[in-house]
Amino acid sequence: MLNKTGIPTKDQVLSRFPDRKVLIKPKAILECYEDIPCNPCSTSCPFDAIEIGENINKQPQLHADLCTGCAVCVPSCPGLAIVIAQIKGDRAVFKIPYEFLPMPEKGQIWDGINRSGEIICDALIEQVAISSKTDHTAVVTVSVPVDYLYDFVTVRVRL
Amino acid sequence: MKHHELIIIGGGPSGLCAAKMAAEAGIDVLIIDRSPELGGQLIKQTHKFFGSKAQYAKTRGFDIAKILIDQVIHHPHITILKEATVVGLYPDRVVTVYQHETYTRYQADRIIVATGASEKFLAFENNDLPGIYGAGAVQTLMNLYGVLPGQEIIMVGSGNIGLIVSYQLLQAGVHVKGIVEAAPTIGGYKVHASKIRRLGVPIWTSTTVQRAMGKDHLEAVELIDLDAKWQPLLGTERIMSLDALCISVGLSPMHQLLSMVNAKTKYINELGGFVPIIDDHHQTTVKGIYACGDAVGIEEASSAMMEGYLTGLYVATDMQRPHPDSDALKEKYDYELDMLRNGPFGIKTKIGLEKLRKDDIHAQ
Repeated sequence: MLNKTGIPTKDQVLSRFPDRKVLIKPKAILECYEDIPCNPCSTSCPFDAIEIGENINKQPQLHADLCTGCAVCVPSCPGLAIVIAQIKGDRAVFKIPYEFLPMPEKGQIWDGINRSGEIICDALIEQVAISSKTDHTAVVTVSVPVDYLYDFVTVRVRL
Repeated sequence: MKHHELIIIGGGPSGLCAAKMAAEAGIDVLIIDRSPELGGQLIKQTHKFFGSKAQYAKTRGFDIAKILIDQVIHHPHITILKEATVVGLYPDRVVTVYQHETYTRYQADRIIVATGASEKFLAFENNDLPGIYGAGAVQTLMNLYGVLPGQEIIMVGSGNIGLIVSYQLLQAGVHVKGIVEAAPTIGGYKVHASKIRRLGVPIWTSTTVQRAMGKDHLEAVELIDLDAKWQPLLGTERIMSLDALCISVGLSPMHQLLSMVNAKTKYINELGGFVPIIDDHHQTTVKGIYACGDAVGIEEASSAMMEGYLTGLYVATDMQRPHPDSDALKEKYDYELDMLRNGPFGIKTKIGLEKLRKDDIHAQ
């Protein structure tokens, strides 16, 4: 499926999520399902929570106990394949990479989008961080109803 | 005739890296590039690069170009010719350069051919209609000059270039209607494919372009499904309207200059086509003439950089003027290159290189 459409299967997605209890705190979700020569996620992590090892073609492994959800890895991934996820009551809060104009602004409601590119829910923009460190990739904090924890992946401006 | 110790033809990633190493070894280097700016294809790349720290991973391509250019541009041992095309290469290591309507000849003790690659094209009816572009042209127009290639576009080819350029088109506000791929699976990195797909762009595998339609410019294309043997499935034709089509179906190594000196080449599918036979110092079958980067096999720019560094080091060694850190640097870049080729995507290059090295005819 991923090979033909670019859409990972539900099982692939679930394999990258830690237990829901763990997600009381923010954790990185590493959606890298293929051995490619790349390791900035691992080298950028200040807490050694992402392990690739000597062979940079290996897929990253998250040590959820070490991950603080700081989101340094989010704009560091050249594949834009990392989000931070957290459960806060009935909301799932994400930090996602975003590289399009217009940029979202705090307080706006945007469309929540799934991995097939379909609109699935309202997404509340909570914060937009962009700095020289993120090199033009914004890190957008956005919350959606917790039911969409495993489906939500990005936002789109509402038309 | 002007003389330099080393002439490097091509100022892209591999040529620039080779120049750095040779100049650090004290060799007088002339870089010749046909473009107005050095950096090769890197200057059009707005995305963050893969790889590891040694290849400037997570840095955007045009910023990597700046780093590589800064390493050479003020070096006292390096001279740079821009907007200069090498139109002739001779076995006594003479090159003819055409620059600003003037022909000039240069001779060198060693030459490195780092000419990169050219785009492959696709044969279909009306493929010369205005509005049909190669991916390189789209990137030049859009990312260098800020000109959109069209409003509604279809991408042909799902390799990394096709996927990345589709993303850049979306960033520029172009409606990318879909990505056509003749193979049954996506060619490029799946992270790129997922990035495109969640932006709502479908990827149609086992599909090709049958013909283009339009009076004075492209107005529509006819797509058709392919069976397991890549034959068109009649009855699956469908017509889609658009005003631009971008062809990204792979690259061919630019070996033509090497053919002018009768350097032996071999056809190796895994490396992208005809490539020069090189020895373990990247020397071709013509003594004193070397080659590196995409000119000896299509790979990512990250590999081209590592090959460039290595070739600069080899040339310096062969000139009896080794780089002061030669051994340590060779070990480092060899290791880095091996790492880049150590996964499923790199295996193709490894197989290709094995075929190239088999029956190796070393420089005479």
